[in-house]
Amino acid sequence: MKLLFQNARLIDPEAGEERLGELAVEDGVIVSALSGAPDETIDCGGKCLAPGIVDLGVKVSEPGERHKESFRSAGLAAARGGVTTMVTRPDTDPAIDTPEVLEFVSRRAQADSVVRVVPMAALTKGRRGEEMVELGFLQDAGAAAFTDCDRVVADTRLLSRALTYAAGLGALVVGHVQEPILSRGACATSGKFASLAGLPSVSPMAERMGLDRDVSLLEMTGARYHVDQITTARALPSLERARKNGLDITAGVGIHHLTLNEFDVAGYRTFFKVKPPLRSEEDRIAVIEAVGSGLIDVISSMHTPQDEESKRLPFEEAASGAVGLETLLPAAMRLVHAGHLSLSQLWRALSLNPARRLGLAGGRLSEGAPGDLVLFDPDAPFVLDRFALASKSKNTPFDGMRMEGRVLGTWVGGSAAYRAG
Amino acid sequence: MTFRQTHLLGIEPLHPVEITTLLDLADTYVELNRGPEKHAAVLEGLTQVNMFFENSTRTQASFELAGQRLGADVMNMAMQASSIKKGESLIDTALTLNAMHPDLLVVRHPHSGAVNLLAEKVNCAVINAGDGRHEHPTQGLLDALTIRRKKGRLHRLTVAICGDIAHSRVARSNIWLLGKMESRIRLVGPPTLIPSGARDWGVEVCHDMETGLADADVVMMLRLQKERMSGGFIPSEREYYYRYGLDAAKLARAKPDAIVMHPGPMNRGVEIDGTIADDINRSVIQEQVEMGVAVRMAAMDLLARNLRDRRAA
Repeated sequence: MKLLFQNARLIDPEAGEERLGELAVEDGVIVSALSGAPDETIDCGGKCLAPGIVDLGVKVSEPGERHKESFRSAGLAAARGGVTTMVTRPDTDPAIDTPEVLEFVSRRAQADSVVRVVPMAALTKGRRGEEMVELGFLQDAGAAAFTDCDRVVADTRLLSRALTYAAGLGALVVGHVQEPILSRGACATSGKFASLAGLPSVSPMAERMGLDRDVSLLEMTGARYHVDQITTARALPSLERARKNGLDITAGVGIHHLTLNEFDVAGYRTFFKVKPPLRSEEDRIAVIEAVGSGLIDVISSMHTPQDEESKRLPFEEAASGAVGLETLLPAAMRLVHAGHLSLSQLWRALSLNPARRLGLAGGRLSEGAPGDLVLFDPDAPFVLDRFALASKSKNTPFDGMRMEGRVLGTWVGGSAAYRAG
Repeated sequence: MTFRQTHLLGIEPLHPVEITTLLDLADTYVELNRGPEKHAAVLEGLTQVNMFFENSTRTQASFELAGQRLGADVMNMAMQASSIKKGESLIDTALTLNAMHPDLLVVRHPHSGAVNLLAEKVNCAVINAGDGRHEHPTQGLLDALTIRRKKGRLHRLTVAICGDIAHSRVARSNIWLLGKMESRIRLVGPPTLIPSGARDWGVEVCHDMETGLADADVVMMLRLQKERMSGGFIPSEREYYYRYGLDAAKLARAKPDAIVMHPGPMNRGVEIDGTIADDINRSVIQEQVEMGVAVRMAAMDLLARNLRDRRAA
């Protein structure tokens, strides 16, 4: 199969540039020139062609809660959102904490998902923070990284051992940084908004305290570590220092923390309840700047499907999380349209950096890279209707909002996973 | 008459004119309640349901009496002992109840925002009787009525709200209300019981009673919730009483004609000295209870008028 994309605005995060041109894909791989006449020529009409998004931290609710999201529905949502690789989270029920469960997940993904799936496994059994999982077996079975997701391993001794063991395997550990006792029971960031709304809240400082602990452990253990979400200004200097000290640490941020703030919760809108809670506008701006400077490496959707029942509850009782696979690209375009980031900077965080961190081949447009591509119109406006989403769960905070940026087509390994009608 | 609300979920959405309208009407109900015939038929034919997801004797009794005096059919539902325990969600409870065609729904719930959520799902007028740490609008209104009757106005007063502000919905409703009426508000309490960000609310914050009470027209004490002790917010009750309990010496800092208020139930000897609470020249605590019934009658009357107008339209 030979594909030729013509008249494209190529977004190349590796070269850090945009250019007009064409791109050839043969047998699923990007090539400098096709060996013969193309089977299909795609006229991009001057729209953007970029490496497919590598979304680090997607929750597909298999096993356990397939009614919320399956590999089929998540895969379709991903394809429609320009995501060509879902790096999935193990916070399922049961947790993905044994090679057997991981094999089940890989098999389900293989059978049903139209985009690539790279699974992560839990760091501790049942994500209970009591015993480490069989890291070696799980790594052999294909676990790309180890994480207890939004649960902090409160037992520092256990975490230090898990990090030491992981370091021996060269495995990546993904952590959620939050001082667990200070943040207990909180569902908002402390400040004017949370106090007026009467919601239990946590100081943004709890994030830095969690980060500081984990950075100390990295210095002890030499582990490879990625922070799932840095969302506060006050955590940034600690991250910067850890980097300068040569620790193997990278950091991400969820799209919702880059595009929304604490006031969006307004009248207790539970679709805006995420973990960690939405932050102040000052924090939001500081974190965007950190993405621009490269201090924060990765932007992800933190896709978390929740059904209506778990959201139609008083704010404190409602489940956390928002779906994001389909809205990641248009929401991220807000950062470009607002002048915070260039497209190539954005794609570094959406695609190149997460691929590199996980040792994946994607995220690039250079020769030999997989033909994982997204074609999109960065300016096409639309109003989001949550019921039009492909995800089984419709819990998006962007419902009814005006957005810009539409995916026109998504290719995985050179075959079309989605084409706009 | 200007009162446009469909529900009474908080003081925050009210316009000052709406507050004045409601208080003016409540004044007439005070007279009615003091007369020999304590009955008006304005809610005749309407059904009032009191849903209390949190224990309450005083507030529930006040709403019940208010409804009965206005001629409504009043039903109390003790939600703590009912289907909530069987795992029914708040929305389902609301929908079940809605099918019984209530006209006025009085709701108290332990979670902030729960009453707002419920109000979205029912066809009747909803009154918030306290949700979590968010608002308790009828308490704010009854406090305002008490102050207005004693001081003759609600503007340009210095009001010290003292004690556990952080966990108090009463404080939040009062801050909204007194702020809208252009009074000067001071929050007085230990730093652990002052919510973060309180200084952005347009109020003064003091951590000692001497400064906080200086030249106050109104001293509003809040109940120290005993369950907070386990959270380590204060070292002990006796230290709290020593530093923040209202006694004669601390009250002497306020204006000579300052009134003392408390939403009840009181912890005598913790946040307030018994003799102050009982001093009929200073304490208006009993009047607050009386005003509570009148304010709730006024609130239900106004909401019922709007409800009937909507249904007629």
